[in-house]
Amino acid sequence: MAVKVIIPTPLRHYAGKQESVDLDAKTVGEALGSLTAQFGELKRHLYSEEGKLRSFVNVYVNDEDIRYLQKEKTALQQGDTISIVPSIAGGLN
Amino acid sequence: MATQVEQAAKAAGLSNEEVLRYSRHLIMPEVGMDGQLKLKKAKVLLIGSGGLGAPLGLYLAAAGVGRMGIVDFDTVDFTNLQRQVTFGTSDVGRKKLEAARERLSNLNPEIRIDTYETRLTSENALDIIREYDIVADGTDNFPTRYLVNDACVLTGKPNVYGSIFRFEGQASIFGYPGGPCYRCLYPEPPPPGLVPSCAEGGVLGVLPGIVGCIQAMETLKLILGNGQPLVGRLLLFDALRMRFRELKLHKNSDCPMCGEHRTINKLIDYAEFCGIRGEEKETPVSSEIPEITPKELKARLDRGDDLFILDVREPHEYQICNLHGHLIPLGDLPKRVSELDSSREIVAHCRSGKRSADAVQFLSKAGFRKVWNLKGGILAWSDEVDPSVPKY
Repeated sequence: MAVKVIIPTPLRHYAGKQESVDLDAKTVGEALGSLTAQFGELKRHLYSEEGKLRSFVNVYVNDEDIRYLQKEKTALQQGDTISIVPSIAGGLN
Repeated sequence: MATQVEQAAKAAGLSNEEVLRYSRHLIMPEVGMDGQLKLKKAKVLLIGSGGLGAPLGLYLAAAGVGRMGIVDFDTVDFTNLQRQVTFGTSDVGRKKLEAARERLSNLNPEIRIDTYETRLTSENALDIIREYDIVADGTDNFPTRYLVNDACVLTGKPNVYGSIFRFEGQASIFGYPGGPCYRCLYPEPPPPGLVPSCAEGGVLGVLPGIVGCIQAMETLKLILGNGQPLVGRLLLFDALRMRFRELKLHKNSDCPMCGEHRTINKLIDYAEFCGIRGEEKETPVSSEIPEITPKELKARLDRGDDLFILDVREPHEYQICNLHGHLIPLGDLPKRVSELDSSREIVAHCRSGKRSADAVQFLSKAGFRKVWNLKGGILAWSDEVDPSVPKY
């Protein structure tokens, strides 16, 4: 399924400065796998060393949080938009 | 002379001055006298009087929120003026609370402003927040965000949330009865250093202006009971594309804070939670990073010592000012390390000394034995050696 992954500003540096990436994938997991295969540096920002999605990064298919769908097994439809939404706090760390 | 009845009516209502001041509210059926009185009785606490706090404070004061509290311990800095529009150039060096109080009181002398010149902590948060109906979070760091969230959930106060980064913003309302809290969205904070700050990431000043205004709007809607508030909705704003998107926020039934089985019943150590204190304990090597001060560097260069200056900033920073160093941005260092000669003495610098400390640590681990960090970066160089170098 042709889907678009929206890259949030803090992570664009690791995705070749792109705002969004078009991919072909059947599930969210596949899409993120494809994304991190294309952009290796993105992997550590999205996944922990154990290979789990980091908890300060949320992933949405269209407007739904995948934690309330089938997580990384969530099936994708043609034209879906996957949003990666990390927590941001401006200012200082 | 006003009779007791007239006085009582006035006390329950608005003075003639207030009627005139708020006339544009009063002529709207959605607000009217009832709505304005709700605003007058409302008590809103602003956490932070910075980029987000500026429009929040200004618009809530303008709207006639009867009581506002502001928590901030900071002093107005020249670099704040690009976005913190409560302040003027003449306020640089003053306490933010003092300058904010003056500005907001001038805008609207009818309202009560209480200031809390303190850092919000686990010790004081509950007591301060309890006095208010709504909290507007305009803070700039993760530990405080979690603290504010938890304190709001524990005291039952809605938390109007806004945050920004570069050209993006987020807004929502957490802690509304039946709605999600911040931990439902982000159970854990990012480890320190993974998400850049405004000082490192930069921000277009008007962005917190827009997001803060959205927060002010949501606060007013909560007070008035109008419209659909951002409860269970995460508003995402992309300023470059000028697009708003919305994502659904679910209340997490397993949330340790607001879920069915709460496991967090009191405020915790948020610095530890965010890994900040932990990092200090785990990396004592940060205090062992070899350093050279700007004066020492100048002395060695004047002596003719063969030092290699490595600048680990970004190209656009190099354009602002530089020490004619060899530029390898920190993020590129791992793949460009072959450009460096480990037999030479290398002094690494950045803007303030933080990124270059990381560079020195990286190079040391890679086997470089003669690397030093320029303490305080090019900012310190400007302060101590060459004031003609602009600070930024």
